Amino acid sequence: MLKCEQLKSYQGKVCAKLDKCEHYQKFKVYKDKVLALGNDSLEKTIAIAVALCLVCAVLVSFSAVALKSLQVHNKELDMKKNILDVAGLLQEGGNIDADFAERIEAKIVNLETGDYVEDINVAEYDQRKAAKDPALSVAIPKDKDIAHIRVKAKFAKVYLVKDSGAIKSIILPVNGYGLWSTLYGFLSLDADGQTVQSINFYDQQETPGLGGEVVNPKWRELWKGKKVYAETDQPSMEKGLIESAEMGEPALSLIKGVVDNTKPGSQYQVDGLAGASLTSTGVTNLVKYWMSKEGFAPYLAKARTVKGVKS
Amino acid sequence: MSGVTAILNDETKKVLIAPLVNDNPITLQVLGICSALAVTSQMSTSLIMALALTLVTAFSSAAISAIRNHIPSSIRIIVQMTIIASLVIVVDQLLKAFAYDVSKQLSVFVGLIITNCIVMGRAEGYAMKNPPLESFMDGIGNGLGYSLILVIVAFFRETLGSGKLLGIEVFKLTKDGGWYDPNGLMLLPPSAFFIIGLIIWSVRQWKPEQNEKVEFKILAIAHGEGGHH
Repeated sequence: MLKCEQLKSYQGKVCAKLDKCEHYQKFKVYKDKVLALGNDSLEKTIAIAVALCLVCAVLVSFSAVALKSLQVHNKELDMKKNILDVAGLLQEGGNIDADFAERIEAKIVNLETGDYVEDINVAEYDQRKAAKDPALSVAIPKDKDIAHIRVKAKFAKVYLVKDSGAIKSIILPVNGYGLWSTLYGFLSLDADGQTVQSINFYDQQETPGLGGEVVNPKWRELWKGKKVYAETDQPSMEKGLIESAEMGEPALSLIKGVVDNTKPGSQYQVDGLAGASLTSTGVTNLVKYWMSKEGFAPYLAKARTVKGVKS
Repeated sequence: MSGVTAILNDETKKVLIAPLVNDNPITLQVLGICSALAVTSQMSTSLIMALALTLVTAFSSAAISAIRNHIPSSIRIIVQMTIIASLVIVVDQLLKAFAYDVSKQLSVFVGLIITNCIVMGRAEGYAMKNPPLESFMDGIGNGLGYSLILVIVAFFRETLGSGKLLGIEVFKLTKDGGWYDPNGLMLLPPSAFFIIGLIIWSVRQWKPEQNEKVEFKILAIAHGEGGHH
């Protein structure tokens, strides 16, 4: 009640001030004059249009500014949740912010050389925004653009999960075109840069129930333990001595139907999505693209060695 | 309850209840079909969309009605659109701030409320001629009529299409070792056409006065006019 009275006295003060203000008086006179005009007069039309635009602009900008911090926080929280999820660290009811800060380390990778870049602020770098910025992105030649994304950022933001100093998982951002939309997701690999831990698409507009099943936990489970690169061209074992351990072209793909686990080569195959061959092809292509030399192959080649990735 | 009925006079009661069945925006006026096709593959998105549209229709109708006597007729539609668009942006911002997951699922369809014919239709057809409170109730009523159809369509599409309701399993799917083989068509927008068509048909069976009058009669073909022999 006290607040209410305070508000009233405050309102009274404002009104008293306004009444004294010359401009406000002029405005009031003008307002009465305009409202008395015929609805179709030119002056009233313009005055109403201007007044309406002002009111609406104030309403829209107020809501945008007032809610901005909540929205940004939601977005960050959602991204952190997705990263924890693909790392297998998401706990029901856990504190996402704290878990993320404790377990996950973000790094910026120069896609061309595969080295870490230190002079970019990791917290502020947004790879999706960078891909739209001509200064920070490169166009992909048409013949190499199997994921149909046209441009990619020069620098990628990867996430590492470390357990007492040793890398436990490497989380790579991937994107590519499906049937209706560009799918954005994370692919999480073991420290060998070869074995898949999980995949998680956090932004996609594929048909719900068909292509949209890329988010189905049961289907995502199938990716666990799959191999990205064909193991015939395994690099030699003296990994400590070499600068990089490249593994050739990625072999992992989605197939039609269900994978027969007894057959050779099944470690490179994941069940396609039933009724969604175009989304399945899109997923295959985006994995192939981002795991190739155009994508993260140079980085992974260095990450596999004992020396690790230079910065 | 008596307090509520005291506020509602006959007119407000009429505009609140008539759009549910007798004057339903989707089944009788056939407005707002596009979003009814787009968001009804899941119940949760349908409910949020229904809520958002109801609020936008109610508040835009009330606002337009409040200034209806001062709207210059030459910029009438633009004034209405500006008010509707501002409200839709505010709703979109609120969803992004307080229901982020849902706003992600609805994506562009929240923005498309601006072009939803129900909102414009009520602004132009009712709010321009009636006082704010009635217009507000008219907006709520039409929003509820739209919501009712959305919920019915979403109920059939989600249960038959993915064996779930509000994300909770209703029928166990064959791919998870159950018995129900989902109908893929139900997940695609055209299925909403069939369901809405069936709803319109059933409502008109129940209330034959909703049938449009026949505009012309097809006469029996006279002998010799029926094409080539």
